[in-house]
Amino acid sequence: MAMGKANSGGAGEAGAGSGKKDEWEDCTAAMSSLRILVPIKRVIDYAVKPRVNKAQTGVERAGVKHSMNPFDELSVEESVRIREKKRAPGGVEDICVVSAGPTKAQDVLRTAMAMGADRAIHIETAVKGTPAATDENAAELEPLTVAKLLQKIVAEEKSNLVILGKQSIDDDAHQTGQMLAGLLGWPQATQASEITFAKDGDGVQVVREVDGGVETLKATLPLVITTDLRLNEPRYATLPNIMKAKKKPLAKKTLADYGLADEAAKKRVNTLKVTEPPARTGGGKVEDVGGLIAKLKELGAL
Amino acid sequence: MLSTVRRAVAGPARHQLRSAGLARLLSSLAILEQRNGELSTGSLSAVTAAKKLGGSVHAFVAGSGVKSVAELVAKVDGVEKVVIVDSAAYDKSTDSLQGLPENYAPLLVENIKKGGYTHVLAGHTAFGKNLMPRVAALLDVQQVSDVIKVESENTFVRPVYAGNAIATVESTDPIKILTIRGTAFPAAEATSGSGNAAIEEGADPKAESTVEWVSEDLAKSDRPDLSTAGKVVSGGRGLKSKEDFDKIMLPLADSIGAAVGASRAAVDSGYADNSLQVGQTGKVVAPQLYLAVGISGAIQHLAGMKDSKVIAAINKDADAPIFQVADVGLVGDLFEKVPELTEKLKSA
Repeated sequence: MAMGKANSGGAGEAGAGSGKKDEWEDCTAAMSSLRILVPIKRVIDYAVKPRVNKAQTGVERAGVKHSMNPFDELSVEESVRIREKKRAPGGVEDICVVSAGPTKAQDVLRTAMAMGADRAIHIETAVKGTPAATDENAAELEPLTVAKLLQKIVAEEKSNLVILGKQSIDDDAHQTGQMLAGLLGWPQATQASEITFAKDGDGVQVVREVDGGVETLKATLPLVITTDLRLNEPRYATLPNIMKAKKKPLAKKTLADYGLADEAAKKRVNTLKVTEPPARTGGGKVEDVGGLIAKLKELGAL
Repeated sequence: MLSTVRRAVAGPARHQLRSAGLARLLSSLAILEQRNGELSTGSLSAVTAAKKLGGSVHAFVAGSGVKSVAELVAKVDGVEKVVIVDSAAYDKSTDSLQGLPENYAPLLVENIKKGGYTHVLAGHTAFGKNLMPRVAALLDVQQVSDVIKVESENTFVRPVYAGNAIATVESTDPIKILTIRGTAFPAAEATSGSGNAAIEEGADPKAESTVEWVSEDLAKSDRPDLSTAGKVVSGGRGLKSKEDFDKIMLPLADSIGAAVGASRAAVDSGYADNSLQVGQTGKVVAPQLYLAVGISGAIQHLAGMKDSKVIAAINKDADAPIFQVADVGLVGDLFEKVPELTEKLKSA
């Protein structure tokens, strides 16, 4: 086996045979042990019909049920399964979940840890005395800012695989994963419905959902993947696991810790107004198939 | 201030003002999709949206043998120039590194900078969604996704929360990267157009893609394309099985020349292919007629079809939410009603 590729010159020789560290480096020479970063977002629950607030600045969020963005549940589930099923040849060393948002974002981080993530980082976005402290809509970070934040966290945590949801169901932007990959200069595999690891080395094969069907890509670590609905069926966190998750480490940070306070304050895209969509009203019912056809003809649809 | 004045000047006068004073400043690049030398005509929606901005409109297309595509695009009304990069590196094939965001994004960045464009538009399709955010990040720009209306050069309208709220947003970035909803901007006519645009070679930075394209498996169908079809018939959980889905929905679709769609429940249960899913996370359609069969009408499904001109629903549950948006509803067993409907439509 190729020894101590990560070491340079004599340092590798000196460390030879002396315990755990070298074993780990041995592994990386052939195949990387996975350090998975899973960004997650707390959003209004998918089953709730959002209502635009009176001030028309966003949707009403106070007192509304929130949960983990459904696509992010898929990301957490996939990370945990990669470890449980020993799918990656180098093994999974760490699954770290991260969320930027108000204090309540810690709820979804705890949920992710109850599903099997090892630890969490919470980046507080609502700062006392700012509009963000009272209006969650105003506390929203733009995808580019989130991508810049994740870029720094990837470097700090030495992540080699980032698994994100393909979109958050609130802003529906569908951007963060691609932006992160662009900033890192890493390959990207978006809208993944199947992730397979090569038997050795750092190869990853991803089946993507595209218009009209699927396509398959091969990439190598490090890699950014975004998840699509068909990837897996997320598990429910059991009560014992929820209890255990309370003891898992949750690091609290601020945007300033990553040097991004100014970037976050500078809104590149300002929301001028949020309104209800034009309402559709049901046109009533018909008695039989004949009535259906007659009505459709009357409406000019047939 | 300037924008207030511009908003106040209506109609043709406004257009004149723009072409006189701003054409120099405002220039758009519409990114077009092609595969195997065939233009995706749906991507011409980006040209339509670009024209709404005023200023000059250039089109961009890359891949091997795109000259014939470029000649077609050159005829599209309103396109001043077609920028092409004729290289197999931007195709999809099994033998090269190709057309993937890893090399396509640097390609676009180079051409956006070279052309000094203020606006770059692409469809909010699998291609656009995959590519454009990477381009935006490389340019340090916050993209505006899924635009349904252009209000001015910096103000755009887009749906959020599965279309349950409509946001008007203002971009302050020097370059606006926009993905646009195809159903909100009818594709500019390619064939009957009167344009005569110049075709110009673009810059090719020849960035390497670190990703290898392996294969694809596209659902083959003779029916109209779901995203652009004039009529769509869509089946849900009520169809009970794939056999029933095929037996009930396909003849119905064929009787009126409609595309076939499906709800998430139907796709998850394996009744229909994933690519047929209509909704927040699937396709967004806005046909003349959308006929929902055995679909209850969850928020996520409505997000993908509620801009249809006429919505019809057949469902045995009279309280299904779909009836709240349907222009015409029929309460009944789809296994009886749909075959009867198909027969009557065929003989009509």
